Amino acid sequence: MTHTATPQSSSGGDVRLHGISKTYGSFTAVHPLDLTVPAGSFFALLGASGCGKTTTLRMIAGLEDPTTGTVELSGQDVTDLPPYKRQVNTVFQNYALFPHLDIFENVAFGLRRRGIKSVKKQVEEMLDLVQLGPMARRKPQQLSGGQQQRVAVARALINHPQVLLLDEPLGALDLKLRRQMQLELKRIQTEVGITFVHVTHDQEEAMTMADTVAVMNGGRVEQLGAPADLYENPGTTFVANFLGTSNLIEAEVVEARGRQDGDLLLKAGDAKLRLPAERCSAAARTGGKVLAGVRPEKVSLAHADDAGSIADGRNRLPGRIKDASFIGVSTQYVIDAAGLGELAVYEQNIERDGRLVPGAEVVLHWSPGHTFGLDADQSLLAGTVDADAGADLDEEAA
Amino acid sequence: MAASDTTATTAGRAPNRGLRWLRRNLITIAGLCTLAYLVLPNLVVMVFSFNKPNGRFNYQWQRFSTDGWTDPCGVADLCGSLGLSLQIAVWATLGATVLGTMIAFALARYRFRARSGVNTLIFLPMAMPEVVMAASLATLFLNMGIAFGFWTILIAHIMFCLSFVVTAVKARVMSMDPRLEQAAQDLYASPAQTFLRVTLPIAAPGIAAGALLSFALSFDDFIITNFNAGSTVTFPMFVWGSAQRGTPVQINVIGTAMFLVAVLCVVVGQLAGKRPKRS
Repeated sequence: MTHTATPQSSSGGDVRLHGISKTYGSFTAVHPLDLTVPAGSFFALLGASGCGKTTTLRMIAGLEDPTTGTVELSGQDVTDLPPYKRQVNTVFQNYALFPHLDIFENVAFGLRRRGIKSVKKQVEEMLDLVQLGPMARRKPQQLSGGQQQRVAVARALINHPQVLLLDEPLGALDLKLRRQMQLELKRIQTEVGITFVHVTHDQEEAMTMADTVAVMNGGRVEQLGAPADLYENPGTTFVANFLGTSNLIEAEVVEARGRQDGDLLLKAGDAKLRLPAERCSAAARTGGKVLAGVRPEKVSLAHADDAGSIADGRNRLPGRIKDASFIGVSTQYVIDAAGLGELAVYEQNIERDGRLVPGAEVVLHWSPGHTFGLDADQSLLAGTVDADAGADLDEEAA
Repeated sequence: MAASDTTATTAGRAPNRGLRWLRRNLITIAGLCTLAYLVLPNLVVMVFSFNKPNGRFNYQWQRFSTDGWTDPCGVADLCGSLGLSLQIAVWATLGATVLGTMIAFALARYRFRARSGVNTLIFLPMAMPEVVMAASLATLFLNMGIAFGFWTILIAHIMFCLSFVVTAVKARVMSMDPRLEQAAQDLYASPAQTFLRVTLPIAAPGIAAGALLSFALSFDDFIITNFNAGSTVTFPMFVWGSAQRGTPVQINVIGTAMFLVAVLCVVVGQLAGKRPKRS
């Protein structure tokens, strides 16, 4: 065995993927991809099922051979190394605990394979870290889902890998336990300082845990950035819809340049909207089309009678309340905006206006700085549940 | 319970206690009857191993005696044939288990051109009438000029045991999560270590089941053995042959001993399976 395990290698290694791709016959799971995961960071690969995120992870682990490209760990090219020679460990989906071994032996497995004789102390410490000390002699199938998950983490972490790969590690847990484990994993990562690469389809999970999120779609990385950055400045409709909810409005560019405040002037229906030029990822020219987007919680709602009291300079759209659902901290409205389709508005429940009931005429208004602009040449529904359902139907039809 | 209560009230009368008792215990009674049906022949064999028959046939109870147990090899050629049968069973089990396990892994893990064909062929010895297979094997050996004896019996036994091993092991390997082996590799186990530490232990129950089945099938096979034995005599052949001239008590003794050994194996196996749960 060539690898040398250094217990003090708690500073994780960085992962560099160069032009890595994977094709199965005529199907391309991952298009050529360049990705750098800085050492010690918590990195999430986020996307719907079949987007290539797990394949990318498996190529880092060595469980899948890339069709093209190279994998580099801490500056060393490991593309041709088999998985058992890479200083990388994986927490598998559904954990893949060895059913014929007890918890102690599951955790000790990696140490024993590297010829380490006295494993007792290390294993016991690791089991204490994940609070499973008393369970050491149980078999995996005698443990609950949350406990099995912790065993899987302990089994991987005990080897002090340069990079820990997590493949939907929380997918099998119920919501409450998942929240708890998210914080737990984040705590462990901060403590041990190992680079974590986490694959998930849950956007909240990715945003809660990761420093950097790469949103993948159709075998490509759509956008990469810090969670807040991705959320506030989505670059594509897929990212805008997959991370949270977005209102996307088709608009025509009336004035592309020349304004002193650096804003673009748009026309959507009869309304005029302003969009800061630096927040528009599409090439905007006068007469062209863009998609103007705004997050539902950024939009305020005023009854049509109070339209006059809205401050100047705010973007405004008229509409009618179609539906209102009260969910405690906020009320979620569906607004039928004339000629622009349905828009979502989330209002904090601070001072509720009794007139804002379904059927009421309202004005939506928000700060122009919260508007983002996207290329109009893409599907408005990409990344939404509707788009997924449509894709499924297509598959069934074919 | 609820169902019996409603029937009782619709009957209107104080329910017949005997009938109610029967209704409640019907499953136990049926179970005991089935068990008796299964165990009774073994009990008869056991009881008659302590008989002292008057003539050559051990078919009527005369009086209690332990003669058979104190002198199990008292009948000429009996223990010789038993030894031969055990020897053949051990070798056939070994051969069939090793070959069958390899075939099962190949069928379960790899895609190759003749895969479905092999799958069907493997099943054939189980489906074919034994006597037909016995006769064709004998013809084959005759035409190839191979002398009947120990080796022809062994070859024949390995052949028909193979299917059972393949079936048992394949089911086990197919139901195994492929991620377990990936996890082992991810945890620094080389392919050889992965096979020894993860794949084999998980497939072990299937392999053990196939081996046990092989042993039992080989040990008591009569038809195929009889066709391909030549002058060699195995234990089932000895029993069959002696049954024409008389049945010595020792046959019952050997039968009882085999039964007890099998029961012991099962009990030990069950206890061993339970132990890790207790601690």
